[in-house]
Amino acid sequence: MILLDRVTKKYNRYGPALERISLHVEPKEFVIIVGPSGAGKSTLLKLLTREEKPTSGKIIVGGIDYETLKDKEIPLLRRKIGTVFQDFKLLPNKTVFENVAFALEIVGMGNKEINHTVPRVLDIVGLKGKEKRMPRELSGGERQRVAIARAIVRQPRILIADEPTGNLDPKHAWDVIRVLEKINRFGTTVLLTTHNQEIVNKLKRRVITMQDGNIVSDRANAEYHS
Amino acid sequence: MNVRRSAIMFRRIVRTGVLNFARNAWLGIAAIAVMVITLTIILFSIIANATFSNTVQTITDKIDISVYLKDEVTTKQQDQLIAQIKGLENVKDVARVSKEEALKKYREQNSDNPELLEAISQTDNPLSVSLQIKPKDPNKIEDIRGFLEKKEIKAQQSDETSYSGDRKEAIDKITSATSFFRRAGVAGVIIFAVISMLIIFNTIQMAIFNRRDELTIMRLLGASTNFIRGPFIVESIMYGLVSGVISIIIVRAIFSISAKTFEASSLGLLDINFSNQYFSNHLWGFIGLQLSAGIFIGAMSSLIATRRYLKFKTSR
Repeated sequence: MILLDRVTKKYNRYGPALERISLHVEPKEFVIIVGPSGAGKSTLLKLLTREEKPTSGKIIVGGIDYETLKDKEIPLLRRKIGTVFQDFKLLPNKTVFENVAFALEIVGMGNKEINHTVPRVLDIVGLKGKEKRMPRELSGGERQRVAIARAIVRQPRILIADEPTGNLDPKHAWDVIRVLEKINRFGTTVLLTTHNQEIVNKLKRRVITMQDGNIVSDRANAEYHS
Repeated sequence: MNVRRSAIMFRRIVRTGVLNFARNAWLGIAAIAVMVITLTIILFSIIANATFSNTVQTITDKIDISVYLKDEVTTKQQDQLIAQIKGLENVKDVARVSKEEALKKYREQNSDNPELLEAISQTDNPLSVSLQIKPKDPNKIEDIRGFLEKKEIKAQQSDETSYSGDRKEAIDKITSATSFFRRAGVAGVIIFAVISMLIIFNTIQMAIFNRRDELTIMRLLGASTNFIRGPFIVESIMYGLVSGVISIIIVRAIFSISAKTFEASSLGLLDINFSNQYFSNHLWGFIGLQLSAGIFIGAMSSLIATRRYLKFKTSR
């Protein structure tokens, strides 16, 4: 599903953010990427969503070779990958429903289908009945679940979650993680970065540990101690 | 399916653009104001140009050369003379005014002066037959003059030929004024068009800046370039449309006020009535022109602005 082959990313002058990273993720896997700030986790995810281009190396996601990907094809790529961010990135002047519907509007889905699809996805993330709320009226955990609903509403095969629990208290963090597990059970490949040891250790999933732009360990059912 | 999807996208782009326009109306005031000025100048230039041309045409039509013939010149000779004059290159038309017609005209002109009327009676008509020559180009009557001054032609004439010389000077003045105003109009249109494009450019840049978070999110969610860009272009087209309507209203108002204020129809060279008439006759054409000029200016500047400020390239 995801293949990185000796990928290096250098920002100007400073040392490389990623150095010859090779990684393979199978379909339907749930992979947690851990490591201290500046280890290169976010850079890795940005390469996958094509916010950044690698300095060298090969990236293939869902059969798409990024080397031959044209700039104008990037939107099409992003529609196949769901993304969740630490700061939610919700549109503050749109309701919960509108925020989720937005992801469908920009790909040209008809209003009828949107009205049919969005409530079902909000149900999955446990926000049934809050369709008309504004983001500012929601707790952090609820906001993040809106963001997850938006990310999965197009049924992507890959979901990338960059520190989705970073701004949340433990209870809300677990709400979000449960939703991610649920989505993974439906068959979506999940890539999660986090700092939260407790979450990593309880999930017992494949854990990739990064440090200084390198992968220092990659183990199944692993625990993590910083 | 694809057509349907495109239609949905198009509707959403237009809807978003119109909504954004309504929300950012205060931001667009400067853009609209300067665009109104531009469009109004365009409209005035066209109308003024038409009015000046009309004035020139009217005066030119009045210019003619009158040749007065002696009574003893026979009708046959008159016909010969007319044929000869018609053969000249710069002659548009020759009309014969008979003694009776001349008398009739004289009476009309002096209807309020009984003494002058009495001086001339039907039986004793001292007025001559005359030929009214209309030149094609009133600036080049030298040929005609040369022909009329020939000795044998001169011999048939009762009075001095009358050239509308003073009128020619007036025409020259109007013509040079017209070409000056035309050039000034073109320069004004260009200058203001550039200014309004710059201001719209700025407005769109500000709108992009205000909405940068939203745009980032749209981009991360995989919105296409056109879907992000479209609403901005629609928004600036709205500036153009609103400005076009306002400028038409302004010009309309100016004409109705000035028509009332200057009830006399003519202000020297500017025939307000003609301008007003011209504007009314071509109203739909002008509305079309103003709206399309507005759309053009708006779309052009936002195309450039979005190309410049919405970066879609990823860094390597």
